[in-house]
Amino acid sequence: MNIIDRRLNPNGKNLPNRQRFLRRARKIVRDAVRKASATRGIRDVDEAGVVVIPADGIDEPSFHLGNDGFRHPVFPGNREFSEGDRLPRPPGSGRGGAGSGAGEGKSEDAYSIALSAEEFLEFFLEDLELPDLERRKLSTTESEGVRRAGYSVAGSPSNLSVSRTMRNSMSRRIALKRPRPDDLREAEEALAAAEARKAPAREIAALRATLEGLQRKTRTIAWIDPIDIRYRRFEPVPRPTTQAVMFCLMDVSASMSEHMKDLAKRFFMLLYVFLKKRYKKVDIVFIRHTDEASEVDEDTFFHGVESGGTRVSSAQREMLRVARDRYPQDSWNLYVAQASDGDNDPRDNAESAAILLNEIIPMTQYYAYLEVGEQGQRPGDSTLWRAYQELDEPRLAQRSVTSREEIYPIFRELFSRDAGVRGSAS
Amino acid sequence: MSEPLFTSDGWSYDTIQRIHDAVSEIAIGELGLDVFPNQIEIITAEQMLDAYASTGMPIFYQHWSFGKHFTQHEQMYRKGMMGLAYEIVINSNPCISYVMEGNTAMMQTLVIAHAAFGHNHFFKNNETFKEFTDPAGILDYLKFAKAYISSCEEEFGEAAVERLLDAAHALQPQGVHRSGRRRKLDLRGEQIRQRERRAHEAQTHNELWRTLPTPTGKQRGEESRNLAAERLGLPEENILFFLERHAPKLASWQREILRIVRLVGHYLYPQRLTKVMNEGTATYVHYRIMNRLHELGKISDGAFLEFLTSHTNVVAQPGFDHPAYSGMNPYALGFAMMRDIERIVANPTEEDKIWTPDIAGRGDVMGVLKDIWANYRDDSFIAQYLSPRLMREFKFFNIEDNPRESELVVGSIHDERGYRRLRRALSRRYDASEIDPLMEVASVDLLGDRRLRLEHKVLEGRLLAAGDTRKALQHIADLWGYDVELREIDSDSGAKLADHQARPARPFGG
Repeated sequence: MNIIDRRLNPNGKNLPNRQRFLRRARKIVRDAVRKASATRGIRDVDEAGVVVIPADGIDEPSFHLGNDGFRHPVFPGNREFSEGDRLPRPPGSGRGGAGSGAGEGKSEDAYSIALSAEEFLEFFLEDLELPDLERRKLSTTESEGVRRAGYSVAGSPSNLSVSRTMRNSMSRRIALKRPRPDDLREAEEALAAAEARKAPAREIAALRATLEGLQRKTRTIAWIDPIDIRYRRFEPVPRPTTQAVMFCLMDVSASMSEHMKDLAKRFFMLLYVFLKKRYKKVDIVFIRHTDEASEVDEDTFFHGVESGGTRVSSAQREMLRVARDRYPQDSWNLYVAQASDGDNDPRDNAESAAILLNEIIPMTQYYAYLEVGEQGQRPGDSTLWRAYQELDEPRLAQRSVTSREEIYPIFRELFSRDAGVRGSAS
Repeated sequence: MSEPLFTSDGWSYDTIQRIHDAVSEIAIGELGLDVFPNQIEIITAEQMLDAYASTGMPIFYQHWSFGKHFTQHEQMYRKGMMGLAYEIVINSNPCISYVMEGNTAMMQTLVIAHAAFGHNHFFKNNETFKEFTDPAGILDYLKFAKAYISSCEEEFGEAAVERLLDAAHALQPQGVHRSGRRRKLDLRGEQIRQRERRAHEAQTHNELWRTLPTPTGKQRGEESRNLAAERLGLPEENILFFLERHAPKLASWQREILRIVRLVGHYLYPQRLTKVMNEGTATYVHYRIMNRLHELGKISDGAFLEFLTSHTNVVAQPGFDHPAYSGMNPYALGFAMMRDIERIVANPTEEDKIWTPDIAGRGDVMGVLKDIWANYRDDSFIAQYLSPRLMREFKFFNIEDNPRESELVVGSIHDERGYRRLRRALSRRYDASEIDPLMEVASVDLLGDRRLRLEHKVLEGRLLAAGDTRKALQHIADLWGYDVELREIDSDSGAKLADHQARPARPFGG
C-alpha cells in the first residue's frame, strides 16, 4: 500500500474552472443588467432589484424525463395506508387535474438573480470612468487640510505643547541633578538647627557650604530651559474634494417635445447615477431656459411649460451665477449637461460659445452637450452644434440622440474607460 | 487480546499503515476479498471540494461547469448546510482512496475498510464494472484527455472548446452503449488509436458526402436508404458516438473531444447502475471489519462507540413523511439487504426458503455475497433478493400516480398481496431506462436534406421535459450541422406523442 500526502500540493486546482465560471456568469449578469436598465423607468435605475438572466448561459441541459405520465414510486415508512387508499395530491406537485398532463416540470428558462442596489450599479457602470482630467485641473479638485505631524522646536505660542515641554524639562533636571525644593529646605533647616544649638563653627560652615552649593546649582540649572520647549506641529495635506455638483441645463421652449425632454431626462439621470457612485455628495441644479433662464426644482424642470425664444447663453449665465454663489470651485467638482434641440437664436450662438469657452469650461470638469431630436430625425447639424464644434475643446463632449435606446450606448461612449475619441464626433 | 491500533484521535503515517495492515488481514484473510493494490492519499477540505467538482477524478480537463459545481458546494459547505464526505474512492488500478486530513483515527479506519477494501473489491469484481471500465488505463487516459483539450484550447481558442464541451456534456448520458460494449474498453490504446483514426479518416470518405448519382425509381431509392442505414449503424442508441462518427462537418479535434467526453461518461456509467449495491457492499464490509477489529481488541470500546454513531447515521432511512426524508438512501437499503442475505444464508425462515430458495440455508455467507456482488446490478439485485421481511422492516408502500386522476392511489403495501408488485416497482426505479430516457438515432435522410431523426421511446406516457430537451436538441443540431427532429413515440401503440425540431444556430465545424 502507498500513502501519499497530498495536503502540500498546491491548492486551488479548481481555480481556473472557477474563474471560467465567474467570467461566464459575470458577463451574463452584466448584459442582463444593461438590458433591464433599458426598459426600467429611469428613476429606478439605481434601485435594487431582480434581474433575470437567460438560463442558456450557466445551466447544463440534458435529456431527462419530465413530469408527465404514469408513475409508481415506492416510499419507506408506511404507517396507516392500505392497498387501494386514495390520497389527495400534495399541493405544488405540478401534476394532476383531469387530463392535464402538461406539466413542464422543473425546466426553467431563466434564472432570477437578486442584486442589491450597489451590485446593480456596479454592473451598470462597469468599465465607465470619469473623464481623464488634465493635471492642472486635477490640482483644483483638491483642497488643503491639515493634520497633526509630531512636534517641532519652533512654532507659535498657541501651539506650545505643555506636556511635552514639561517632560523634557523634567528629564533634563533629573539628568543634571538639579536640587529639588525639598533638598533645599532640608539644607536650610539643618543649618538653622545647627546655628540654634550653637554647633561648632566647622559644622556650620560645612552646612552653609552645602546649602550654597545647592542654591548655586538651582540658579544655574533652569526650571524650564529653551531647549525643553516643544510645539505641536501641523502639516498641510491635500484632500480630494468628495462632492460634486451637476448642472442640468435644458431648453424648454416650444420646439422641445415631450419625447426630447424624455431623452434629456434619461441622460441626466444616468449622469446623476454615475456621479453618485463616484462622489460622496452630489448636488443637482436644474436650470431651464427659453430666452431667459431660471433655476427650478426637478418637477418644474421636466414638466413645466414655458414659451418664448431660445437663448442658451441665458442658461449659461444663470449657471455661472449659481456656481459662483454656492459652489466654490475649490470644494466642488462641477459637471454640466446641456440638452437642447439645437434650435437656438442664431445671434446667440457666438455668445454662447464664447461663454462656454472662456468662463464655463475653465471651471468645470466636464461639459456634455446633448442634442436631442424626434425619433427617426437626424439632429446634430444645428447652428449651435456647429458653433460648439468649432471650439474644439476636449472637455466639451457633444452627442446627438433621437431614441431611448441610444442613450445608454452614448453615455457609455462618453465615459468608457478607454474612450479614444471624445469631443465633437457624432 | 492484542494492542489497540490507536489510543487517541490523532494519527500519523505509521498509524495509517498499521490500520491498513490490520484491516487488510481481516478483509483478505478472513473475508476473502479480492482487491486492487491500494493507494491512500491524504487531502484537505479544499482539495475534497475540488475533487467533488470534477466527478472525483484526480486529473480532469478544465471547464466552467466544474467551477460552478465547486462554487455551489463551497457555499453550502461554508454555510454549514453540507458536510463533506470522509473519503472519495476512484475506480482505478491502483485503487486511489482520498481521505480527509480532519478524520479521527477511528474514521480513517472506517474509511479504509469502506473504500479501500469494500468499494475496491466491488470495482474489481462486479461484472458491470468489468464490462464498462478499464481501471488500469483510466488515469493515463485522463492525463491524455487533459493535455489534448488544453492543446485544443491553445490552437482553436478557449471559447470554441468551451462551447463544444457544453454540447458534449449535455449529451454525455446519451453516450453509452447500454446493451453492452462491442469491444472491451482499452483506454491505454486510446492514444495510439487516436492517431490512427485521424490518418484513416484522411484516406477514407464520409458516407454522407457520397455524390454519385443514385439510381432513380422509388424502389431503388428505398434500397439505398436501407443500405445507408446499415452503413451508419442505425438505429444507434449512443447518440454521442453517432455524432462523433458521422456528423459531417466536425473537424477531427472536435470528434476527439466528443470521444473524450463520451468515454469519461462511459467510465462513470456503472456507478449509476450500482449505487445501492456498491454502497451496500462497502458498508457491509466496513461493518464486518470494524466489528472484528473490536472483537480482537484492536479498537477500544470508546472508538467502537464512535464508529457505531457514525455508522448508524449513514444507514438511517427516514420515512417518507419525515422532515429529513430525501428519497431512498442507497447506504440504508444496500446495507440492510446485505445483512438480510447474510441472515438468509445462515439462518433462514420458512418464508425465506420460499422466496429465495437458491441461497436460503447455504451456509457460506461470504461465498454467496461475493457471487451476488459480482453478478448483479441494482435493478436485478433488488428484483432477486429484496425479501418480504425487509419490505416489512422498511414499511414500503407504492403509489399509483395517474396524471389524469385528481387523487393518488396506494398501490401495494408490505403485505402478502403486495410483496411481488412492490419489489418489481422498486426494482424498476433502478432500471437503466428509468435513469436515462430511451433514445436513439432512428434515421438520416441521406437522399434529401440530411435531416437527422431521433426517437424517444415513451414508456407510460412519460415525455421528456420540454425546456431542457429544446436546449439539448439545439446542441445536437449544432453538432450535426443540419436540421434535427426528435419524435417521442409511445412504446406500446407506436403513436407519435410529441415532436421537437431544431435547426443549427451556430454549427460546429472546422
